[in-house]
Amino acid sequence: MEYGSSVEINTEWDIVAARQLGRNEAKKIGFGTVDQARITTAISELARNIYLYAGMGRIEITCILQGQMKGISIIASDEGPGITDVRKVMDDGFTTSGGLGAGMPGVKRLMDEFNIATERGVGTTITAIKWLR
Amino acid sequence: MNMRIPILKLNETLIVSIQWELDDQTAIQFQEDLLKKIHATTARGVVIDLTPIDFIDSFIAKVLGDVIHMSSLMGAKVVLTGIQPGVAITLVELGIRLERIMTALDLENGLEKLHKELEE
Repeated sequence: MEYGSSVEINTEWDIVAARQLGRNEAKKIGFGTVDQARITTAISELARNIYLYAGMGRIEITCILQGQMKGISIIASDEGPGITDVRKVMDDGFTTSGGLGAGMPGVKRLMDEFNIATERGVGTTITAIKWLR
Repeated sequence: MNMRIPILKLNETLIVSIQWELDDQTAIQFQEDLLKKIHATTARGVVIDLTPIDFIDSFIAKVLGDVIHMSSLMGAKVVLTGIQPGVAITLVELGIRLERIMTALDLENGLEKLHKELEE
């Protein structure tokens, strides 16, 4: 059974709400404290990117099952400007915000799976998964 | 709904215990409060204890790094204490470097380190 919940990101406070939801969900699924920190941090970075670059969007957090594997999926979606050069965004050290966010490579390292779908003028959807070990 | 982080003075040292998850506004307010307190008390050292904090994202890391740099510009040394394993791991994996920052395992060790540092 998969279940999930989501938080709309419109203000800085929604970043706090999103990571609290993520932390609770991670705890419920059975992640240990270190993975809880990874998941909470990844959500915080993704929610902040929505707030900074798209202005608004949403974070969906879902408990997922795949065969014997259980995990958490984070989907960050917005209808913002989109990412012009995904390869550049995935370069360590690339930033357009003056170093406010850790950047996407950092989030990718925190999670097990990471995927960006983006189109200019349409928006961006980032999916990140962490599996329970 | 801004919450202010209390800053306590003990002789020449300021002690801060961050007890709850920081939102952006509280973090920025803390930056300003700490610098003003250093100025008002002429404290030479600061210990910021992070023991209850279970994650630090890039924004909070930046605010902490900045306030340490700002404090040193004013002449006060800062020690961070009580960084949890999960926090240390995620900061490194995120690629955040808090270089040239004094740290200690806990408040007690932090105060000791600070006193040695200030005696020199």
